[in-house]
Amino acid sequence: MSNQNEVAILGVGMHPWGKWGRNFVEYGVHAIKAALRDAGIDWKQVEFVAGGDTMRNGYPGYVAGATFAKAMGWTGVPVMSTYAACATGAQAMEAARTRILAGMCDVAVVVGADTTPKGFLAPNKGERTLDPDWLRFHLLGATNPTYFGLYARRRMDLYGATEQDFAHVKAKNSRCGVHNPNARYKKVFSEEEVLESAMVADPLRLLEICATSDGGAAVVLTSMEFARRHTSDPVRVAGISTVTPTFPDTYIDMPSFSTDSAAGIATPDRGFKDSIAHAAYEQAGIGPEDLSLAEVYDLSSALELDWYENIGLCKPGEAERLLRDGDTTIGGRIPVNASGGLGCFGEAVPAQAIAQVCELVWQLRGQAGERQVEGARVGITANQGLFGHGSSVICVK
Amino acid sequence: MSRKRVPAIEGWFTLDENEPRLIGLRDKESGTYFFPKDVSVSAAPGFADAEREEVELSRTGRLWSYTTNHYKPPEPYVAPEPFEPYTVAAVELTEERMVVMGQLAPGIDPASLEVGQEMELTLGTLYEDDENEYIVWKWKPVAA
Repeated sequence: MSNQNEVAILGVGMHPWGKWGRNFVEYGVHAIKAALRDAGIDWKQVEFVAGGDTMRNGYPGYVAGATFAKAMGWTGVPVMSTYAACATGAQAMEAARTRILAGMCDVAVVVGADTTPKGFLAPNKGERTLDPDWLRFHLLGATNPTYFGLYARRRMDLYGATEQDFAHVKAKNSRCGVHNPNARYKKVFSEEEVLESAMVADPLRLLEICATSDGGAAVVLTSMEFARRHTSDPVRVAGISTVTPTFPDTYIDMPSFSTDSAAGIATPDRGFKDSIAHAAYEQAGIGPEDLSLAEVYDLSSALELDWYENIGLCKPGEAERLLRDGDTTIGGRIPVNASGGLGCFGEAVPAQAIAQVCELVWQLRGQAGERQVEGARVGITANQGLFGHGSSVICVK
Repeated sequence: MSRKRVPAIEGWFTLDENEPRLIGLRDKESGTYFFPKDVSVSAAPGFADAEREEVELSRTGRLWSYTTNHYKPPEPYVAPEPFEPYTVAAVELTEERMVVMGQLAPGIDPASLEVGQEMELTLGTLYEDDENEYIVWKWKPVAA
């Protein structure tokens, strides 16, 4: 499993997730320094910086690449800044990867960090009747958990999922997160405790819905040639998917309150959510059967079950069986969210897709401590950002 | 003094109290529908030059899913005080083969709903102020 389109991840670093209330730049710089230390290289060797933007921290957040480059000390390094909602980190990684593969540089830093307000993510202020994000709140009161509730209920009615299954996901992941020094919630929850928490968007409860967090994550991407001068067996990036939907996409998704119509043009063979990991598998030349572990975007406990199917671990309707059989628990056939997932982190939007990759790297190197997946060789991340951003990264060792 | 009934958003639905309909666009070449109708060209790939016409959409469809919000959403949602939980339904329109979300009409027990059942469009109050009652589309089960 090696091809000419691979780049290496030489270093990874994170600032612990939490509700620290400090400037996001601090978290990003902390993560960059940790990643550089991990890679054993100096900031002055970095030839490209890809920054993931944050929308909630003013102008410095919109020009994240420059913000972090300046904070680390200007070296003249070229920068770029990108935003793709939850998929931001993967897009930034893709920009760095293509630059390396094009031979334009050997060493790139990819970084994202966020400082988040309390409560529901709400749209920007002002009356904006052409912005679906504004309209869905105004006309429907459709928060993000509303969408998570719709997906969860659909699983119950179509596939026989139960509230117990959803609580099971949260309890499973909490037993991983407790061993993750970067997780925000390091507490083991029982299914009973989950089921006793307040109902938010029926059938989902407070402990099953991802919070928003402060945090920062960074990776050092390098050419394979550069990496091999530093280590004999680096973790490699075998695929990065940044796909968008194919028309018509009839799956209701944030922030829209209506879907495309399939009345005129037939729906594609593979729906958007299924296409995300598929594109990464195609690039890597592997399939779901080759995976050792997966990090998926559990914005809600129930959503983790959707991802089992979307990344090809099982057929539609079979995710509950996988869960109940223990296949996706550490020690099972294909552990999912060994990091603890979003349930233990809360979402720091521009950092989250990078954080997923950090976990894969630690797992593939055998450095994940108590949450280690034994013998991990191949891992995938999957994630979706609102407004049609797919994100999936495959790492191999 | 009775409040005036006005749409919460102009031009998105008819104000027919008995048989309201959502107003969308249809691209005449590919036959694709759009709602809301604020698309600048047909979003069906390859049909950017297609002529579009305003159409009233089907009033009925199948329940795709539903959920009840137990927490008050942030602005710009205008929530009644005290806040009451409300249900949001997603319905796949039969003819247009598109899913449209809407609040469930009041007085319907969400526990009685089931994915796949037939639903129809109705009108209801989104919020009120001293002068107006703001109307929006809502979903309700087709009476058995």
